Amino acid sequence: MGVIDPRTAAPIPPGPDQDAILKAVGDEITNRGFVIASADKLFNWARSGSLWPMTFGLACCAVEMMHSAASRYDMDRYGMLFRPSPRQSDVMIVAGTLTNKMAPALRRVYDQMPEPRWVLSMGSCANGGGYYHYSYAVVRGCDRIVPVDVYVPGCPPTAEALIYGLLQLQKKIKRTATIARG
Amino acid sequence: MTDATAVDAENRDTAVSALDSMCDHIRQLLGAVISDAGVVRGEIVVRTGISDVIAVLSSLRDDRHAAFNQLSDLTAVDYPERPNRFEMVYQLLSMRNNMRLRILVAVGEGQAVPSATTVYSAANWAEREAWDMFGIFFAGHPDLRRLLTDYGFEGHPLRKDFPLTGHVEVRYDDTQRRVVNEPVSLVQEFRDFDFLSPWEGMQAQIPGDEKANGEG
Repeated sequence: MGVIDPRTAAPIPPGPDQDAILKAVGDEITNRGFVIASADKLFNWARSGSLWPMTFGLACCAVEMMHSAASRYDMDRYGMLFRPSPRQSDVMIVAGTLTNKMAPALRRVYDQMPEPRWVLSMGSCANGGGYYHYSYAVVRGCDRIVPVDVYVPGCPPTAEALIYGLLQLQKKIKRTATIARG
Repeated sequence: MTDATAVDAENRDTAVSALDSMCDHIRQLLGAVISDAGVVRGEIVVRTGISDVIAVLSSLRDDRHAAFNQLSDLTAVDYPERPNRFEMVYQLLSMRNNMRLRILVAVGEGQAVPSATTVYSAANWAEREAWDMFGIFFAGHPDLRRLLTDYGFEGHPLRKDFPLTGHVEVRYDDTQRRVVNEPVSLVQEFRDFDFLSPWEGMQAQIPGDEKANGEG
């Protein structure tokens, strides 16, 4: 450690020479301006501030999902923009009844999303089959197909409830440590 | 107010007489191939046999007076207690006469029904649905695949003997990395607490009708 002369690669002992170099570096940083943040907080701030949901409406819940995105509740305020492609999405909102026939397609869309990714299960049908729990054609909860982070109850949940769920998801993201420590 | 009521009553009488005269016309036209034609609760119902379905449908479509030029729906009903357990239902619409008509055909299990796609192309998907839901085979259908249920689904869900929860359920398998079918295992069986279901013992007279009909 210490200050090293770039030309000779020799350490510079404490004294006026070293002070001059340190002052030059300090002035350089002060002139340009800087911010101090811990990296994981910064990443979490960025991730929770631009949660882009996958457009994946399955049933009537999708209408409430549209309401939450439309001008009255306006998910854009939280930096949430619906994306038409799983490749560009961070979060998948499973909005509606997941049928057996749709399950492989849902899983494929989930697999196509890049890491890190989150899933929000919206409404009774996605949470546990709901009204169709005993049906021969419906998956009894979308957590049988994909791992779920937040469950929003309701049939259908209101647009406020969905936004509350998304804010809970933001909180969850903010309290996770982004950088793995050994 | 009384004038309007009188006009309504007159219109109703005209409609009823139109139905009756259409019934007479159908009996004349198809007397040989239908077993019954009548007006039931303000709707024309025609009964025929499997072998005559296509003849009846094409006559009703092509006859200039009847002109039932649209097939609104085609489906079936399961009556397990009958010797011929299924009843095919064809709902026709005559746009010229503003009139609807229903054709009923009794079909046994394993019997093939001639496909109506040659007469009404709208029958294509409707017959696929009837095949999917009831397992009724349609002879001469161009593409008789399942329509609604999952790929590889077994059984016909709208048959009365099909269990509500079916035979398989799906789950994502982490080791196989795909969605797999498994036999159904329920934590709790389905329980039916609906003792006053409107679907059981349905009455033609619904409570409150007597007020609407001015009898109360």
